[in-house]
Amino acid sequence: MNQENRIPLTPTWDHEDTSRIPYWAYTNQDVYQQELEKFFYTKHWCYVGLEAEIPEPGDFKRTAIGERSVIMVRDEDRSIYVVENRCAHRGMQFCREKHGKTKSFTCPYHQWNYDLEGNLQGVPFRRGVKQDGQVKGGMPKDFKPADHGLNKLRVAERNGVVFASFDHDVESLEDFLGPTILQYFDRMFNGRKLTILGYNKQRIPGNWKLMQENIKDPYHAGLLHTWFVTFGLWRADNRSELKMDKHFRHAAMVSTRGDGGKNDQTTNFSSFKESMQLHDPSFLDIEDEAWWGGPTAVMMTLFPSVVFQQNVNSVTTRHIQPNGIDSFDFVWTHFGYEDDTPEMTQRRLRQANLFGPAGFVSADDGEVIEFSQQGIEQNAAKKAVAELGGRNVEEADHMVSEACIRGMYDYWRKTMGV
Amino acid sequence: MKADNYLTLTQFYQNYAAIVDRGDWDAWIDLFTEDCQYKVQTRENYDRNLPMAVISLSSKGMLKDRVYGVTETIYHDPYHQLHMVSSPLIIDESDTLIVAQANYTVFRTKSNGIAEVYNVGRYQDRIRITDQGLKIESRHCIFDNDMVLNSMIYPI
Ligand SMILES: [Fe+2]
Repeated sequence: MNQENRIPLTPTWDHEDTSRIPYWAYTNQDVYQQELEKFFYTKHWCYVGLEAEIPEPGDFKRTAIGERSVIMVRDEDRSIYVVENRCAHRGMQFCREKHGKTKSFTCPYHQWNYDLEGNLQGVPFRRGVKQDGQVKGGMPKDFKPADHGLNKLRVAERNGVVFASFDHDVESLEDFLGPTILQYFDRMFNGRKLTILGYNKQRIPGNWKLMQENIKDPYHAGLLHTWFVTFGLWRADNRSELKMDKHFRHAAMVSTRGDGGKNDQTTNFSSFKESMQLHDPSFLDIEDEAWWGGPTAVMMTLFPSVVFQQNVNSVTTRHIQPNGIDSFDFVWTHFGYEDDTPEMTQRRLRQANLFGPAGFVSADDGEVIEFSQQGIEQNAAKKAVAELGGRNVEEADHMVSEACIRGMYDYWRKTMGV
Repeated sequence: MKADNYLTLTQFYQNYAAIVDRGDWDAWIDLFTEDCQYKVQTRENYDRNLPMAVISLSSKGMLKDRVYGVTETIYHDPYHQLHMVSSPLIIDESDTLIVAQANYTVFRTKSNGIAEVYNVGRYQDRIRITDQGLKIESRHCIFDNDMVLNSMIYPI
């Protein structure tokens, strides 16, 4: 077997830069277990939800970080806690509802009861039972409820978005995001209260990183998403920028829509159905919003767990929840802002037809991720190519670059030690 | 309940399923009124009064645009749909309108030849009685299995 086709027993990155991505990054089980540990369970802030999802004390939402089920809950004093959905007693995943309202958490198996912060409050038969005048059984005298609370996560909230970390030594959320990304974060979440419009969920049979790559790759939009080009939302010469944090783990694709008219310079992205008009133009009834400050679309990828989308009037969070090396759940939370007019709400709802599992410009993303995983699995010794726009990692002022993918794998290699 | 309506509606529902299963999208559009509504929504959003849907169309023009997307622009794996639609339950009726619902199951078969349960839910309908026969004023597909198996391309 020649060197080229060797599958390394210990995965090694045998290329000098990240313009090649070895397929084992998407197929090796040990690598995946390490990723969960190194990205989802330590040193990173993971998205759990929006504060507006749990407006009242006692409101909770069940969600996930990596493969772990967690609960985001609002306490009586209105602060938000996140606890692992696993009873400290015998490990039962006790919370079965997707959301709800409660005064405390009780594991039905043996009725261990926790307050909303996750502190153990009560244990049945702690002092045993009285039988024939004697106390029998029960917990040892030195049993300390304080040692048996739920696994409490560290929580950070910024302008209505809630993150959590199993790692209590994680840096601050602001440091984690870095100033460049923070600026785009604060653009979308500027302190106005959010209103939840609803959820869409899709199970995509591909490695979770393929979704991060998809939203770090701006140039597929003009090639795969024919709808974008057909109706003038995407042109290769749209004014655009690719931004990253200093570790290159997060990215923002910032773009400003052209007029959608005739297309003279974009030779490879010809609008081949230039005469196409929508039968009902209200799909693209776009209204500029003051907070955009210019860009008509900003797609943020926060590593490892979430994508924040503003694409014209549609604003969503897209939560990546891996469930195996070759599959993840993609949970979309569509929202609006408290000062939206009813017309703006309708506009956001109509434009949601572009996104989600059936979306004109995103159903195809799920499909290509599935088929990428299939191709990658059939020949694990090979490598993917990512050298559009060069071989190093640089921000760009155009859309024809895979720099953010190379940046992500630069960070990935450092953290994984490969 | 008028027996006539029940029979006509039963036939109409089976015809809808047959049209969608054979991918005859022009015929699908013709089943609707001009000012129609068509929505495919998770039961979770519906039960929680959240307006978001997977597909939400509010005119015949939008239906045509969806068909254009399905047939011309969205890249996707080819697949067949097979709908099993229950007998209708008529909830209300007048000379011009039937309010009804029916349960449905959609199986999806891709080119690997393996069929899977793809979407299970109920239609909540307002069906107008017109000179050209029954036409859908609104069809609301509310599905229980809110985790879509990757993508949803064709109408349900
Ligand atoms: Fe895409």
